[in-house]
Amino acid sequence: MKKFMGAALIAAAGVIGVSAAQAQGGGLLAQVKSKGVLTCGVGPGLAGFGMPDAQGNWSGLDVDLCRAIAAAIFNDPAKVKFIPLSSKDRFTALQSGEVDLLSRNTTWTMSRDTSLGLNFAGVNYYDGQGFMVRKKLGVDSAMKLEGASVCTQQGTTTELNLADFFRTNKMKYEVVAFASNDETVKAYESGRCDAFTTDASGLYAERLKLSTPTDHIVLPEIISKEPLGPVVRHGDDLWLDVVKWTHNAMLNAEELGITKANVDEMLKSENPEIKRLVGTEGKFGEAIGLTNDWAYRIVKHIGNYGESFERNVGMGSLLKIARGQNALWTKGGLQYAPPIR
Amino acid sequence: MSTTSTEPVRPGRASLLYDPRIRGYIYQLALLAIVGFLIYSAASNAIENLRAQKIASGFGFWHNASGFDVNQKLIPYDASTGTYGRAFYVGLLNTLLVAAIGIVLSTFLGFFVGVARLSSNWVVAKIAMVYVEIIRNLPLLLQLFFWYNAVLKPLPNPRQSIQLPAGALLNNRGLYIPDPHLGPGGSLIIWAFLIGIAATLVFRHWARKQQAATGKQYPIGLVALGLVVLLPLAVYFATGRPVSFVYPELAGFNLRGGIQIFPEFVALLLGLTTYTAGFIAEVVRAGILAVSKGQTEAANALGLRAGPTLKLVVIPQAMRVIIPPLTSNYLNLTKNSSLAVAIGYPDLVQVFTGTVLNQTGQAVEVVAITMAVYLTISLVTSLFMNIYNRRMALVER
Repeated sequence: MKKFMGAALIAAAGVIGVSAAQAQGGGLLAQVKSKGVLTCGVGPGLAGFGMPDAQGNWSGLDVDLCRAIAAAIFNDPAKVKFIPLSSKDRFTALQSGEVDLLSRNTTWTMSRDTSLGLNFAGVNYYDGQGFMVRKKLGVDSAMKLEGASVCTQQGTTTELNLADFFRTNKMKYEVVAFASNDETVKAYESGRCDAFTTDASGLYAERLKLSTPTDHIVLPEIISKEPLGPVVRHGDDLWLDVVKWTHNAMLNAEELGITKANVDEMLKSENPEIKRLVGTEGKFGEAIGLTNDWAYRIVKHIGNYGESFERNVGMGSLLKIARGQNALWTKGGLQYAPPIR
Repeated sequence: MSTTSTEPVRPGRASLLYDPRIRGYIYQLALLAIVGFLIYSAASNAIENLRAQKIASGFGFWHNASGFDVNQKLIPYDASTGTYGRAFYVGLLNTLLVAAIGIVLSTFLGFFVGVARLSSNWVVAKIAMVYVEIIRNLPLLLQLFFWYNAVLKPLPNPRQSIQLPAGALLNNRGLYIPDPHLGPGGSLIIWAFLIGIAATLVFRHWARKQQAATGKQYPIGLVALGLVVLLPLAVYFATGRPVSFVYPELAGFNLRGGIQIFPEFVALLLGLTTYTAGFIAEVVRAGILAVSKGQTEAANALGLRAGPTLKLVVIPQAMRVIIPPLTSNYLNLTKNSSLAVAIGYPDLVQVFTGTVLNQTGQAVEVVAITMAVYLTISLVTSLFMNIYNRRMALVER
């Protein structure tokens, strides 16, 4: 609430005052360069996507994207200031210029892309909405949730999909919406609701936080498309390109087999595709206002998309989420980046 | 000195400029112009910036389909046919509901605790003191979390609902009470109830007049009981008991039927009531202490017992001190109800400034509407309290 009012005030100030970022000259990339730090809006604590550890170091798939952009600009992935944002505050914070980009498991929808004055810069995680219930309820399908109480976080596409799902299947339900994810999970755990719903990735992440994760199951139904990706403000195309191509570079690096470990050897590669990516051929970095070794820096500091995925949400993490739809297109997934040429 | 005496005083322009009244007007006009300009430039700047960032603006969203559900609604609303405007009213009514009930309950509890603090019984006075000190000195948000957990945690799940008298059930989804349905002739009972209230008011007015004229007292309480409770009951039986109840029963893994009172509502109401009552208790105590002891002694000397002394002599005088701060406590309660957002109660802020703002992205419009609503509620509350205050004020002769 407090945080939200803060964001609203900042939004009001940002909109009313002349401080809207576009009003200043030079574009956001130039501003970020002169500030010397990238301000990144992330989730307030979703394991695998964006969460600070006990020392306050952020990690996660979404966090890695922020660090990758910082690496591309500054050659230093530490030059990021993370601003945790609840799903309610996130767009206001971005619109008002409080953050330079939002990398916070945000679903790409048409209304958000158009009427909120935002641009989505790609999809770094293909997700879908699911349900989690207690095992002892004996429910094995979302179609058996007739009459259930469902806890959800407000201000999300989840809230809308939920209404759609129960309406289409002509089932009754009761929604209990909370402002923050933590309160939603707490209410579910205390027994206020039969089911907890959010993106499937979030369900696995939140299940880890429950006192006995094995007492809960994630139902098989995925009731929506949730393409999650980084978001920037409308109207700054160069900045949009920087964010978009950072993500694409990580995907292309995976496709070309360039990893954190072998990227230095790849500098000597004769493969023209690799040469264009690591910057030994062409001037692709300069075209987006960066140095030509921009992608080299990203892979050097962060690794490719696959490495980031495995480290944060995949088999190398506690979440153990399979690549599934997030595998590269060459391996039957949906992750496909336009070529660098 | 010499100059003023030699030169003739011109009463024209000079006096106009130096007239403090005219000058006052000029200053006020200038201030008004500056404030007006600031508001105008802020608004036009905001509109310009919104347009530049291609963010939708205006109030067109009001009639758009909302697509989300709300659990507690006092008016019909659902995701398929509801609009953002409708969702606004759902939230507004929930805010008004919790504020109205909270104001009534906290007034009773506050008066009770305030009087108890002045009790000559040492234990009662100390308990009241401890209550006030604890409640007043803890943040309300914390107390709301406490109540929400205190309400939710000990309750069983729907399958193990606690059976209450008259077919009511209690579990961690809320309190389910039987839903009365009126059969043919059932509306007569409601009319009987309303007539009972009206008749009681008329009787009270008449009894007071009689007492003022003749000194004879009438049993107002007994008559009120008869008119308000027994009359509808008599009609109920006379019309052949036309009220049927739909009882809540287990269906699937939840209860169906009956009226559901949500735990979020109960927790918010408990939190707001106990918190505000702590402040009202202090206001009441201050008001009673402000009445000089001589008044009580004079009443005692006239032979009035303790009860009538408090009711007829002390409280009416104390009310003059109590009402203004009481008003601000009512306003605080109403505004504090917006903390509902923390425990998932769908009040105006939760539904409108939360979900609607996020789905439409129109922060400026939504926040402006919400502020206007709270301002209106507060001003209306103040207005009524001021009218009441004027009635209670000392009539000077």
